[in-house]
Amino acid sequence: MSTGLSDYRRQEQSITYTAEATGEMGLEQELLTINMGPHHPSTHGVLRLILTLEGEVIRDIKPVIGYVHTGIEKTAEQKSYWKVIPVVERMDYLSYYFNAMAFCSAVEKLLEIEVPKRAQYLRVIHMELNRIMSHLVWLGTSCIDLGAIGVWWYCFREREAVLDLFEMSSGQRMHTRYFQVGGVIEDIPAGWAERVRRFTRTMRTRADQYAALLDRNEIFLQRMRHTGVVDQRTLLDLGVTGPLLRATGHPWDLRKAAPYSSYEDFRFKIPVGTEGDNYDRYRVRHAEIYESCDIIDQALEGLPEGPHITPDRKVALPPRHELATSMEALIHHFKLVTEGFRVPPGEVYAPIESPRGELGCFVRSDGSAKPARVHMRDPSFVNLQMTAAAGRDTYLADFVATLAMIDPVLGGVDR
Amino acid sequence: MPDPTGLELIAQELRERHPGAVLDTLHFRGEATVAVEARQVREVLVTLREKGYDFLSSLHGVDYYPEEPRLGVHYQLLDMSAVDRICVKVRVPLDDPHVPSVVDLWPGANHPEREVYDMFGVVFDGHPDLRRILMPEDYEGHPQRRDFPIGGEPVIFTYNEDKIPGWSR
Repeated sequence: MSTGLSDYRRQEQSITYTAEATGEMGLEQELLTINMGPHHPSTHGVLRLILTLEGEVIRDIKPVIGYVHTGIEKTAEQKSYWKVIPVVERMDYLSYYFNAMAFCSAVEKLLEIEVPKRAQYLRVIHMELNRIMSHLVWLGTSCIDLGAIGVWWYCFREREAVLDLFEMSSGQRMHTRYFQVGGVIEDIPAGWAERVRRFTRTMRTRADQYAALLDRNEIFLQRMRHTGVVDQRTLLDLGVTGPLLRATGHPWDLRKAAPYSSYEDFRFKIPVGTEGDNYDRYRVRHAEIYESCDIIDQALEGLPEGPHITPDRKVALPPRHELATSMEALIHHFKLVTEGFRVPPGEVYAPIESPRGELGCFVRSDGSAKPARVHMRDPSFVNLQMTAAAGRDTYLADFVATLAMIDPVLGGVDR
Repeated sequence: MPDPTGLELIAQELRERHPGAVLDTLHFRGEATVAVEARQVREVLVTLREKGYDFLSSLHGVDYYPEEPRLGVHYQLLDMSAVDRICVKVRVPLDDPHVPSVVDLWPGANHPEREVYDMFGVVFDGHPDLRRILMPEDYEGHPQRRDFPIGGEPVIFTYNEDKIPGWSR
């Protein structure tokens, strides 16, 4: 290489810092800029944070992302609509049902097709199971960061039960491809509903047990209470939604505010916090586990009879048994599998409430069988901007807890 | 969502306060969209913000290839108290892809604007830190553009590493 700065150094120096020391710097003091990550156990993925420290106190944080960018949005443009579903599911790998739901509702909006009531209820059940699963992973991994490894084992025991339920209903534990445009791929198998009921019953007592482990734990409380506080106005300006916003007392939840997929049929509460510190964030998510159990029970109780996918054969695959007897079904099947369905031109934005906040899917169609643009407004990507607001002027040790409570999923951040 | 009449009323008010700013209105599948002239988009967003649409829920880039002007930026605004959404859309040509930044209005627009710059090459004037965000900093081109080839990434081996642009030891 020629003399002067290397490319790498030049790139590094293009990152600007705004940190300033508070007060007089002593002879042995200086601002220290260090990397946290990209490979760090408490960044929950490949996230790099450039911290400027004054002693143990953080003065500035710059997140650097993109390490697991896989071009999913670009890939989606090369595939027909129904083949996009497995691709977008892999964005936020802890909430795959939500990714599929956001994409499917956007396409359904463009197609103007109605999803049968039974499919809507089945979607709700799976999404709420997914929400519990996502919160369990969040709680388990967060507790590891705080040194409480026991909770992780318990959380993953229950997570395993949810994954078994997914496997039973769709054949896959993760990235199930269960939601389709117009409904769900298959009806639930016999005995599944009973197993889900058994799961929600145990889940409530298990959630009680987590609270018993954590809520009276002096170390846990000291690290969570009054740390990482961000006020509501700042969060709203930063675009932060989900449990992080609700922890400040703002009851914004799209399931209540703008119900989709029959959420208006269920009675549930929106847990909110008061102060917006890490403890409130933990309490809000923990309380959401109970509410999700309630929604699942109600949905199973009121599960309507009827088709699990739209009868529109231009969009949904015909049932397997018809292929042997009906020429028309065979043609539809062939057409759907080879070319896919065409979608009227237009642009729509479909937001839903994912475990991390507003997950919106923007789809632009040019009238062909492939989308012209798919963009996911991923809540982790937007919420990550609050790291500086939450971590500035706090201790590095507190920031580990704060980052765990922000709950970014890097697959969703980088897409 | 404002109904078609409500959208026209909002558009009328925007036209009066910012002459020449509103290019078109569209009500599609229950979603209200206002197409705005790129240079005045900031003022329009400020007015809508004062009217209650004070949450920027999403910002996305679009490439309208082969239509002109090619690049588009969409602002999804949300009024949380009225549970109402409106979309503001601007279009800029490829040879002058400049849109005023809104980071000072909504700090949360920082990452999304960097993403649109990274993926489409739209330059947000006034953005405090407009660098690539998802792609590597030395990456050439804007991969989400419709005419950007897929599968064109060279695989780096020892014999060809010197020939790969941006790659250095």
